[in-house]
Parts: sequence; C-alpha cells; structure tokens
Amino acid sequence: MVGKGKRKRKQPVISTSTLKNSFDRRSFVIASVQGGIGLLLAGRMAYLSIAENEKYRTESESNRVNLSLIPPRRGWILDRDGAPLASNRADFRVDIIPERLANPDATIDQLGSLLSLEPDRINDLKQEVSDARGFQPVEVAKGLDYEQFAAVSVRLPDLQGVVPQRGFSRYYPTGATVGHLVGYVGPASAEEYEADRNPLLITPGYKIGKDGLEKQFEQELRGVPGARRVEVTASGRIVRDLETRDDIQGDPVRLTIDGPLQNYAARRIGLESGSVVVMDCKTGDLLCMASMPSFDPNSFSDGIGSVEYAMLREDERVPLRNKVLKGLYPPGSTVKPMVSMAFMEQGLDPNETVFCGGGLRVGNRVFRCWKRGGHGTVDMAKGIYQSCDVYYYHFAQRIGMDPIAAMNRRCGLGQEFPLPVTSQFYGTVPDPEWKLNKFGREWQAFDTVNATIGQGYMLASPLQLAVSAARLATGRHVMPRLNMATPPKGFDQVDFPDEHVRYVRQAMSDVVNGPGTAGRARLPFDDIKMAGKTGTAQVVSLSKSDGRTGPWRFRDHGLFTFFAPFDNPRYAGAVVIEHGGGSGSAYPIARDVMTFLFDPAKGMDALRRLETQWGGTAQERLDRKYAAFAQAAGEAVSPPPSRDEDIFDLVEAEARVAAQQPSEIAEEVIAPRPEATPSGAPRPNPEQQVIDAAAAGIAQ
Amino acid sequence: MLIPLFLLIGFGAAVLYSAAGGSMQPFASSHLIRFGVFLVMASIIAMFSKGVIQFLTYPAYIAVVLLLVAVEAIGAMGGGSQRWLDLGFMRLQPSELMKPVIVLVLARFYDALPLGMIASWRALVPAGLLIGLPMALVLMQPDLGTSLAMAFGGAVVMFLAGLPMRWFVGAGIAGAVAVPLAFFFGLKEYQQRRVTTFLDPESDPLGAGYHITQSKIAIGSGGMDGKGFNNGSQSHLNYLPEPHTDFVFATMAEEWGLLGGIFVIGVFAIILGWGWRVANASDDRFARLLAAGLTATIFFYVAINLMMVMGLAPVVGIPLPFMSHGGSSMMTNMICIGGLLMVNRWNREAPKRRLQ
Repeated sequence: MVGKGKRKRKQPVISTSTLKNSFDRRSFVIASVQGGIGLLLAGRMAYLSIAENEKYRTESESNRVNLSLIPPRRGWILDRDGAPLASNRADFRVDIIPERLANPDATIDQLGSLLSLEPDRINDLKQEVSDARGFQPVEVAKGLDYEQFAAVSVRLPDLQGVVPQRGFSRYYPTGATVGHLVGYVGPASAEEYEADRNPLLITPGYKIGKDGLEKQFEQELRGVPGARRVEVTASGRIVRDLETRDDIQGDPVRLTIDGPLQNYAARRIGLESGSVVVMDCKTGDLLCMASMPSFDPNSFSDGIGSVEYAMLREDERVPLRNKVLKGLYPPGSTVKPMVSMAFMEQGLDPNETVFCGGGLRVGNRVFRCWKRGGHGTVDMAKGIYQSCDVYYYHFAQRIGMDPIAAMNRRCGLGQEFPLPVTSQFYGTVPDPEWKLNKFGREWQAFDTVNATIGQGYMLASPLQLAVSAARLATGRHVMPRLNMATPPKGFDQVDFPDEHVRYVRQAMSDVVNGPGTAGRARLPFDDIKMAGKTGTAQVVSLSKSDGRTGPWRFRDHGLFTFFAPFDNPRYAGAVVIEHGGGSGSAYPIARDVMTFLFDPAKGMDALRRLETQWGGTAQERLDRKYAAFAQAAGEAVSPPPSRDEDIFDLVEAEARVAAQQPSEIAEEVIAPRPEATPSGAPRPNPEQQVIDAAAAGIAQ
Repeated sequence: MLIPLFLLIGFGAAVLYSAAGGSMQPFASSHLIRFGVFLVMASIIAMFSKGVIQFLTYPAYIAVVLLLVAVEAIGAMGGGSQRWLDLGFMRLQPSELMKPVIVLVLARFYDALPLGMIASWRALVPAGLLIGLPMALVLMQPDLGTSLAMAFGGAVVMFLAGLPMRWFVGAGIAGAVAVPLAFFFGLKEYQQRRVTTFLDPESDPLGAGYHITQSKIAIGSGGMDGKGFNNGSQSHLNYLPEPHTDFVFATMAEEWGLLGGIFVIGVFAIILGWGWRVANASDDRFARLLAAGLTATIFFYVAINLMMVMGLAPVVGIPLPFMSHGGSSMMTNMICIGGLLMVNRWNREAPKRRLQ
C-alpha cells in the first residue's frame, strides 16, 4: 500500500509537504507495526501464563522442590520358625560435600586415618573433591563397621562437610546354601524400569529382587519408600526441608523352609553336585530345597564380579542352576513304587511272581535286570526292595503304558506345582500319544520297558520326586507349599487305597531296613525307620561310559526317594546327585539329612566328620575356590553380562539342553546299573556280565 | 507523560527489590538513584535549543566514535574485548551513547540534505557511512545486540526521511540473502548457538536453551496474578539467569502474573505513543526525525527484550528500559526521553502553523 503510493510519487517534484506526507504515512505504518508487536507480546504472554500456566507451574514446582526418596527397608524372608533367611544389615557410609569443606585436604587426611583408608584412596579422594562442583556428595567409604562410623560421628563438629549416613543392605546369614532358593537383589535394569515406572527403581542404592523368592515376592517385600521434600536452588543447595516422611518396611515373607535343615542339607551335599528336597507329609510344607553348588547371594547383591562370574560359568557343575526346579533327570528305579501302585490299581495281585533269570526278551531284544545273575522268584515287594527290573518288564507288558503314565502323573511327575518360584521345569512322562506327537513314531514295547525303570524319555525334577514320595507315603494328593500363608492342599484327595499304601510302605522300608538295596541308609535310631527307593540313571550310552568311572559328566545320576517314619510318615523327600555314579551317592545324604531332622546333634556330628575330610564348610570351600580361581585367572576373565536377566536366561536355556541329554539314548537298550546292595554283595565283574548275557539269552 | 514513566521506574524498583531477595540493596536503591541522576540529565537536555543541538550534532558524533575507537584500543592493549571505559564514578559504554547519537546525526543529515536529492545516492551513501562506521566498531567488541539497535534506529530515520521505498525492499531482499551468510561466517560460535537454541530451546534444556526455558517457566508459572510479591521461586532460587537485568520482565511476571505484564506493556505503549505524538506534532523535519528515531530506539529495546524473555527471539543481551538494573541502559533511555522532552518543548514554543 505504501510502496504503491511511493512509486506514483516518484516523478513529481519532492517538496516539504510531500515529505511530510510521506513521514506521516510511514510513521503511521511503523507505529502500527509497533502496536502490532505490542499486541503480539501481550498475546504471547497471555498464552504462556494462562493457557500453558498448568504446565509451567508444574515445571516451576519441580525446579523448586527436590523430592528424594528414602528407599524402604526390604521385608525379611523368614524360615518356618521366624529365623531370617534374608535380612537387612545396617550399612554405614561416609560422604563428603565438597562445597562445605573448609580445608579439604586436612579433612580428608583426618578421615583417612579414622577410617584407615589406603594412601591411594586418599589421593583419589582429594582429586575427586577438587574436581567436584556443586553440592553432590562424594562417597568416601561404605560398608563401614559401627566403630568406624561412630568414630566419625563423634568428631563431626570438627569435620565440616562430612556426612555420615546409615543405610541398609541385604544380608543372607546362611550365604550360598540359600542362594538358589532365595535369590538375590540388585539395582533395577532398564527393562525393569520400563515395565514398572516407579521412581524408586532408579533411586541410587535401591535394589530389587533379581532371582528366586526375592524376585517372586518383590511387591510384598518392597515396602513403601519414605520421602524427603526439600527446596533447592538451581545449583543444588538445599534451602530448607519441606517435609520428611519415613519409609515403611516391606512385609516379611514367612516360608515353610526349615532354615537349619536347609543349611544342613546344602552342606551335606558336600563336594557333589545335586539337590535335596524334604517335605512335611502332614502339610505339604517344603522344609528344604537345597541345590549345590551354589552362588553366594551376599556377594551377588553387591554386584556380580567378573572373576566370580567366570568361576561360576566355567564350573561344569553349574552353580548358577537351581537343580531342585530346573534339574531334570531320568528318575531311574525310583519310579518303581509308582509303577507298583499302577499295577495294583489295575488289579495285579502283589503276590503274583515272575522268575528273574537276569533278563527278559521283549520282541527281538533282550532287556537285562541290573542283577545279571537274576533274582529268582520275584513278587512285587521283592521287585521294589531288590529293585528287580525283570519284574517290571514282565508286568508292564501286561498292564500297558497308559495306566503307568497316568500313575506317574498322579504322583507328581510331569506336573508343575503352584509355588512362588520364578520357573520350574515339568519334565516328561512319556506315553504312546506323547511319542506320536513329538516324534511321529509308534510307541514300542521297549519304550514301555525303558519307562518302567525310569529311563528312556522319562525326566523328572527332584521336587517332583519328593512330591511323589510324599504321595506314596500318605496315599493323599499332597501339594507342596512354600509360603506359610497358603493353606495346605490335597489332603482330602485320596490317591491310593490304604492297603496299597501299606504294602508299598513296607516294601520301601525293606529297601533300607530289610534285604533291600540301601542298607546303609538305615537311620541311627531304634524307633524311627526310614523307607526309600534307590535309583541309578544312565545318562550316556554304554559305549561311552560304564557309569561309575571316566569323565564326571558321563557318570550315572544317583537318586533316592524316601520317607520316615515308614509306618506313619512325617517327612518325605528326594535326593538327586548329578553324576554321582549311582544311588550309593544319594542315600547316605538322605540318611544324614533325616538324622538331622530327628536329632540335630547326631546329624551335625556326621556332617562335621565329613567336612573335615572335604576341607571346610560349603561357604569356606567356595571362598577358597574363589580366591584360587581369582589368582589363576587374573585379569583374563570375561565380564558378566550387564543384565542379570541374561545370566539366568542363559542358565535356563542350558538347563533345558542338559535335560535333553539322557533322552538321546532313549531308543537304546538300557542296561540297568547295579543298585547298591545292603550287605556289600560283590559287584558283578565283567566276566560275570558276559555269562549273564548268555544266560539271559537262554532264559528267554 | 512523566507519570507513567515514574510508575514504571517504581515498579521496576519493586521487582529489583524482590530480585535481590527482598532487599533494597544492591539493585533497587541504585536503580532509583540512577533514575534520579539521569532524570536531571534529561531535564538539562530538554532545555537545549534546536540551534545548539544542531550545532553540537556532528562534534558529538565524532566524540562518541572516538570513544568507541578508544574502547577498542584499550581492549586490544588489555588483551581482551571490553565494552566500557572506566570513568571512575561509572563505567561508560560508548556504544550505548551511540544509539541516540546515531539518530541525532541522521536527523541532522537529512534535515540538511536538499529535498531534491532525497531519491539520489547522495541521500544514501553518507548516511550509510554514518551508520556503518560505529556499527563496525561495535561489532568488533563484539556486541551484536547494540549494533542491531543502532542499525534499527538508523533505518527508521532513513525510512521516515522519505528515501525511496524500493531501496528498503531491495535492502530487505539483500538482508534475506545476507543473514544466512552472516550467520555462518560473521557470527561467533556462541552467537550462532544462541540463534540455534532459540529455534529449539528444548533441545538442550540444561545447556544453552536454559535461559529461554527458565524464563518461559517463570512467566508461565505466574499465571493471571502471579505468585505474589517476593514469592517468585524461579528468581529467588537462581533458576532464572540474570533476574535483575535482561530477564527482569520474567522476574516481574512470575510474581505479578499477566496483570503485571499487561501493566508494563501498557505503560510502554503510553510512553511510545507519546513519543510518536511528539514526532507528529512537530513541523520541523529535524525535530520530527529526531523524535521518531528516539522513540524507535526505545521501542527496539522493549520489543527485543520482551520477545527474548518470552521465547520469540534469540537471547541477545538487551535489557528492558526503565526496569532492568544497569546504568548504561538507563542512561541511553533517559537520553532518549530527554530528547523527546526537548522536541516536545520545541513544539510547544514553535508558532502554531496549523493553516498550511
């Protein structure tokens, strides 16, 4: 508009009045533009302060107020008697606030002598303090004992800028023996924070459950954080306290675990790799779920060190795997009492006999009894206490696989239990349908034969075996429980008729107390008799190993399921020793564990003798091993995965692979291993076996 | 006219009282004292006659240019850039003085320029040199804000003097081309960063965007009627940078809210409106251009400062007239006020020539 006017006025003579006109017009334009800018500014301001007021008010408040969370004290994990399996230990630390130090070097020197810090550390601190800006505290030391803490605290008037703090760290009094069961704690990972956007998770020093019960009961144990609201300046100086709310400690979780028993059983496993599960037959309480070797949850909770992780990773006994829940093993002969129950349910008279000549031909293959010389005439009781394989080969052919598989499942094999655990493997109870689905092949007679002696495709966890022992012992559908708060279950459901139960109890008692395979498992009490069933599970084919010697990982697993007292069962359980070379590695442990349960002093005596031989308690041996490993490995160890989840995902994946190993020989003829014998009967020598083989051929 | 100015100064002192954490020291009292001193100075300026002013124009211009050269020289000798001369009782920024002086000298130049030459190069080149020399000196300091203020004041005078429109259009186009070039080659890195942060302050809320973000928080959190006198957390807890100088408006807005902001903008509107009325009421070309140029100079301060604190312009160090704490800015603006009062007096004393 103005431009147009101007252009027209280009030709005419410029005079004072045209310039005045031009000035008026242009000044009006400029004034209008200025007025417009004024309105724009007023509008902008109204927009900021009215429309966006809410947003900026919040931002201003979050500038002004600094909310620092006080991490809640974690709830304790208690055993059945209220003794802590996981508790909190007062953790004393000392920080300094650089800005408040009058004479930094002198103060640090004084702290150094009070806390007996290394000269290196003192120099580092001086450097840190001189580099530090603002009001962020610098950590001087943590994990102090009370005396050091007190020494600093009383001198506070002379130590300006020094802040002693009291926090809590997780403490597991029994260390490695509860590692798998209880788990450990650690700082929340990025994923965990994604999943649960709780600001507590990113509070420095706060730790959440990373594995086991710590993870499972996270919400109960967590508690409610306290909070401290302070007004701060832009540079972080605290102007005043606005409000402080105390934390509320997390709820305790009371387990059915018997702490001393758990500790005892874990230590009793000794140098072996395996697990012990003990249940209360009256309630289903899991009294002990020990899995060794294990890791020390105390040191894991401080962060998993590279050397420690490398040591645990490289150990072929997989200390990171919870073998109670994630170890799957062919149950071996421990299934025989269950198979017997199936036979009786199907109407087999337990007194009906078969002649064992050391083997049985099924189809065109010959299946051996573990006793190459044969057991002679065998009825059901003898089948159990002498663990005669031929007895089961013979009657399983008559009864068929389906009732046997159903009975195994009813006893707990192939089942998952409603327990507060992060994961449990359910194993395999094979039957014709399962095999067809899985491999597309028909069930063969030899599959039945393998399954009746707990080999072939059959896999069970120690927990399942313990449950089966409890169900056989009581005749009830006992459900295991781990949390005192859940009611006992399954006692109203009768699994087996009383007379069958009594029969099996007696036969299993004879395994230990009669002419059975585990005479050395007898309890050192006159009035308490333990019943049990041995099992020896072959893991690789005969051509690779004889199961007793050679590489550790080719040796047979040793299994033992048990209950006591045999006539009125109070406790039941299972011991599984990986590659222990046979059931002889398992039942002495069961014996000592039960001894401890009935008479702790007697049990401890037995353990102490053994531990002297082994070279110390489990914790001592772990510590020593760590020291030796650290020395040997030096710096050349691979660091642990940065996410704790990766560690246990890897362990779980490997556990699944490991569980597949025995089924590689499922299609082979299993040569049952000699069961340990009561009176130290001579083991069959190789020549004897050749003769046996010939005899077996003739027998059919 | 002086009543709104007094209100603004008083309000500014109240805000500075709060910015000092509820104390007259160190900002509010010196603010008031300076205002008093410079008000006397403005009154003296107002008493000059047109002849004297016209006579003193070029000497004053030369004197201030020499002062700018002196600042450069001292800066070069001292081994660093500096913007002020220490006169003992105050630190004088010659670049501040140059802002009203450039308006004065251009008004004088176009007043003296024969009317017929207004569309010729003779109207442009000497004026361009008059503006360009001090601008170059100030840019060397380097002080982008002040040199832009001078360019703006000069351009407004040239525009009002009646220079052909196409020159401004051409300059606008040239500027549009030159700005990117200047941005990449002319500006120092910290200046470039100010511009980029202005375009996206949230990109770096704790770094360079901090000023703008905190200023917006202060203004936005004030709401309609503010958090109350002396209750601004942004300024009192040091979140707001420079709460007493460049960001004084944000300090005010946090405590007084939108109502305080409307008041301040309104008072500026009254003062600037009065300035334009003074310019328009004058029949004398020199006085008209002088008054309009001085008004534009004050406006430039106000507009750029407010746009900056509200996040509409990059952070340049330009204080808010009459409210920000600072002697040089008070001096410049009071010189402008004095000049306007002077023109106003000339108008009143001039014979009425309404019948033309």
